[in-house]
Amino acid sequence: MLEIQNLTKTFVDDHGGDGGGRRRKGRVLAIDDLSVTVEEGQFFTLLGPSGCGKTTTLRSIAGLEEADTGRITLAGRDLFRRDGGKDLNVPANRRGLGMVFQSYAIWPHMSVFDNAAFPLQVGRGDRPDRRTTKDRVMRVLEIMELESLAHRPATKLSGGQQQRLALARAIVTEPPLLLLDEPLSNLDAKLRESLRFEIKRLQHELGITTVYVTHDQTEALAMSTRIAVMDAGRIVQCGPPREIYQTPNSTFVAEFIGASNLIPGTVQRIEDGMVEVATGMGRIVACGSGQVRGAEVLLSVRPEVLTLDAAGPNTIPGHVVASSFLGDCLMTVVRTAEADVRVRSRPEEQPATDAEVKLSVRPEDVYVIDTDK
Amino acid sequence: MTTTDDAAAGAAPEGLTLAEPALLPGGGRPPGGHRHWWRRGFEVRNLVLLLVVAVIGYLALVPLLYLLWNTFFLDGQFTLDAFGRAYDAVGLGEMVWNSFVFAFGSAVLALVVGTALAYVTVRTDAPFPSLVFASSMVPLIIPGVLYTISWILLGSGNIGVVNQVAEAIVGRPVFNVFTMPGMIWVEGTHNAPLVYLFMVTAFRSMDPSLEESALLSGAARTTVLRRVTVPLVRPALAGAALIMVIRGLEGFDVPALLGIPSGTFVFTSRIFYELQTFPIDAPAAGSLSLSLLVLAGLGVWLTQRYTQDTGNQFSTVTGKGFRPRKLELGRARWWVGGLVLLYFGVTTLLPVGILLWTSLLPFYRGVSLDALGSLGLDNYRELFAEGSLVDAAQNSVVLGLTAATAVTVLSAIAAWLVVRSNIRGRKVVDQLAFMPLVVPGIVLGLSISFVYLRNPLPIQVYGTLLILFFAYVTRFLPYGMRYGVASIEQIAGELEESANVSGATWWQSFRRVVVPLIVPGLLAGWIYTFVISVRELSSSILLYTPGNEVLSILSWQWYEDGKLTLVSALGVVMVAGLTVIVGLSYAFGNRFGVRS
Repeated sequence: MLEIQNLTKTFVDDHGGDGGGRRRKGRVLAIDDLSVTVEEGQFFTLLGPSGCGKTTTLRSIAGLEEADTGRITLAGRDLFRRDGGKDLNVPANRRGLGMVFQSYAIWPHMSVFDNAAFPLQVGRGDRPDRRTTKDRVMRVLEIMELESLAHRPATKLSGGQQQRLALARAIVTEPPLLLLDEPLSNLDAKLRESLRFEIKRLQHELGITTVYVTHDQTEALAMSTRIAVMDAGRIVQCGPPREIYQTPNSTFVAEFIGASNLIPGTVQRIEDGMVEVATGMGRIVACGSGQVRGAEVLLSVRPEVLTLDAAGPNTIPGHVVASSFLGDCLMTVVRTAEADVRVRSRPEEQPATDAEVKLSVRPEDVYVIDTDK
Repeated sequence: MTTTDDAAAGAAPEGLTLAEPALLPGGGRPPGGHRHWWRRGFEVRNLVLLLVVAVIGYLALVPLLYLLWNTFFLDGQFTLDAFGRAYDAVGLGEMVWNSFVFAFGSAVLALVVGTALAYVTVRTDAPFPSLVFASSMVPLIIPGVLYTISWILLGSGNIGVVNQVAEAIVGRPVFNVFTMPGMIWVEGTHNAPLVYLFMVTAFRSMDPSLEESALLSGAARTTVLRRVTVPLVRPALAGAALIMVIRGLEGFDVPALLGIPSGTFVFTSRIFYELQTFPIDAPAAGSLSLSLLVLAGLGVWLTQRYTQDTGNQFSTVTGKGFRPRKLELGRARWWVGGLVLLYFGVTTLLPVGILLWTSLLPFYRGVSLDALGSLGLDNYRELFAEGSLVDAAQNSVVLGLTAATAVTVLSAIAAWLVVRSNIRGRKVVDQLAFMPLVVPGIVLGLSISFVYLRNPLPIQVYGTLLILFFAYVTRFLPYGMRYGVASIEQIAGELEESANVSGATWWQSFRRVVVPLIVPGLLAGWIYTFVISVRELSSSILLYTPGNEVLSILSWQWYEDGKLTLVSALGVVMVAGLTVIVGLSYAFGNRFGVRS
């Protein structure tokens, strides 16, 4: 539905300092030849650290930034094109999209109703009459549970309500594409969690194709149907949340997506889809394919797949450095010959500090990352 | 961004793409966009912006071009004669020297008084801070010409009240306002509140923990003041100093009223004098004006460079959200309080009081018990019966309203252009709009008279109120810009962008989102521009023609004619009117402040 082809955007590097992305002759490469397709009805997340180009990409889709080259197509309609063919850039106000900004951008001089009604009242095309406008605005305010506040000044809303109003305003025209720019980052943790489900439910109910930008991997995993992890203006890995989480294809993704244990090693043996890797903490057998003997790799072992009892196939000896009770689980740091390993286990038995333990992990829970990438 | 546009513009000629309608492979409606969206997408926007830029360019540049032309060219021939004549005149070296003495003297006085008051009211528990605040309104409320006249009534060698009192006590006059020290005193005390307001901000934003940690290290209070406080506010202090020197160089009211009678000339009064005495030598006045312009420009440039250099260096000073702890003065509290009272009495009560007193007298005489019996409202009756006053008041109000409105509209759009747009050359607009700040009022007056004597416009300007209108709009454009830029910078760009994404055109989002949000700031700027328009003298004095007098000119003329009691009554009425306006604007500002 939304198709981005070879999008590139540079900024003039006028800050002198570290601009984030890669540099090229006094310019910072914010988006580096990015191509991606978002299917109808998807909740698509651009995930990455600050300065990775995710917001610039979103703003290019919105028409608030003008990319240098590339092509953006929405449902067969070109929004932006500069790829050697006919040049084209539809201005933001004629793209007909919905967008929620990081600061919500609620207009402080308008009431809740006026904020939500604005998109229906402006523009060059046909505008709905007053009755229709009122009906449609009240309907979205109802969806957002703001109908009782319709005539309040927008500044009298709480953070969560402002957020919902921004969403209401973004969907009131029933746009084909909804853009969300870190909409939860200004809220406190509790509210963030409840709104996370709220947005997901809403997106599911309305079936609206959504592009979501965030630097919070938990948010991305919880909400998305697809995640694109970005770094330095490029998409490093793109796939469903489960795939990104379980089989990161690079050190960057593994480190960014969650608290994985990364253990460096060398491939020793390859047999029946099993890879044996020599590491500083002994030989570890992992599931894998496509590796070569002697290749330097990283093993990604998630804290929750390790166990503290030495029954399994891969046994790693070590001693407990610290162990914290987190309510629903126990997080233990075990010092091994190579490095400290984090283990997440059931909270019933807390090992004593300095206790000798043997960790084990099933081969199918160990993922091999080629470091050459 | 700009360079991106450049690159794109260079890539393919625009005519080609214009000729081909954008038909899309995937069907759908052909979008109206184009690479040069600002050329095709927003015709209204470009028309408005172009118009504003043209007007600002005309106002800022044309007078200076005419000044250069009239100074350097005689009958189309380049010549430096005017400079020769101007600088060969007797006493020119002394005039330059006087200008510097006056500028630096008044700057030092204003700095010392203003900074001390700011420190005392912000950082100590000295009494009567509200009186100091009231005094800080003086330059806004009492026009320079009236403030100077009130000091003549107070401190002239023979008739001044201060000297009458002194004669009664010590047997001789102690103070003559018609001297260089007198000029410095009047200019310095009139400008001190500006330094005060400037330094209050600096002291308020200073993190008190910086001083507290020095105290905890064992430093004495005076050491803290010398080693920590003063160095921290030094950038602000230096900025204020430069601004004060420039104001001193450009000041007209004080040197003209106090300096010319005693032959103590400075640049501004000399320019005025050249144009009042026969034979009138406009090119000579022009060359003096250019010299002054260069000096003032140098000052402004230094100020900008200095504040840029030190801007980042002292970033600790720009704190937020804390209340500076106040220093307890102890027994010194009442001494300081006494000084604050004295300051308020001398700079506010005395000038206003003497105007009020004089306005009630049938003929001018000093303050005495005998005079009490003759007090009456005759002057006010005469004032309101005077046809010239009604005309002048009408002219002042009309000019104030129109100039303030024109400045506000121009600067709101120009400020948007500078702050929000990414159009090439927007910085030039910024600089153009700020340029008149460098031009002293009397120089601008002269330049504008050069322009409209040869009138490039198809309408009659010279001899009408329009010439004053042009002068005021040009002179006060930089102030309007300052309000406009500050207001627009305060609105998050996302507010506008979300309107844009919602489908609003440029004009729709400007009118429905930007304008409503900047109205409070613009209104403050509008009122300020109105007030300073009503007080304007230094440009008006060269541009008014009989029948087109404004209130400040009328004050000047009546003073020259010796109508001291009548001019005092006019002064009282003007001060009262301006007090109401300024008071209203503060009340209004507070109401808006609460809302947002």
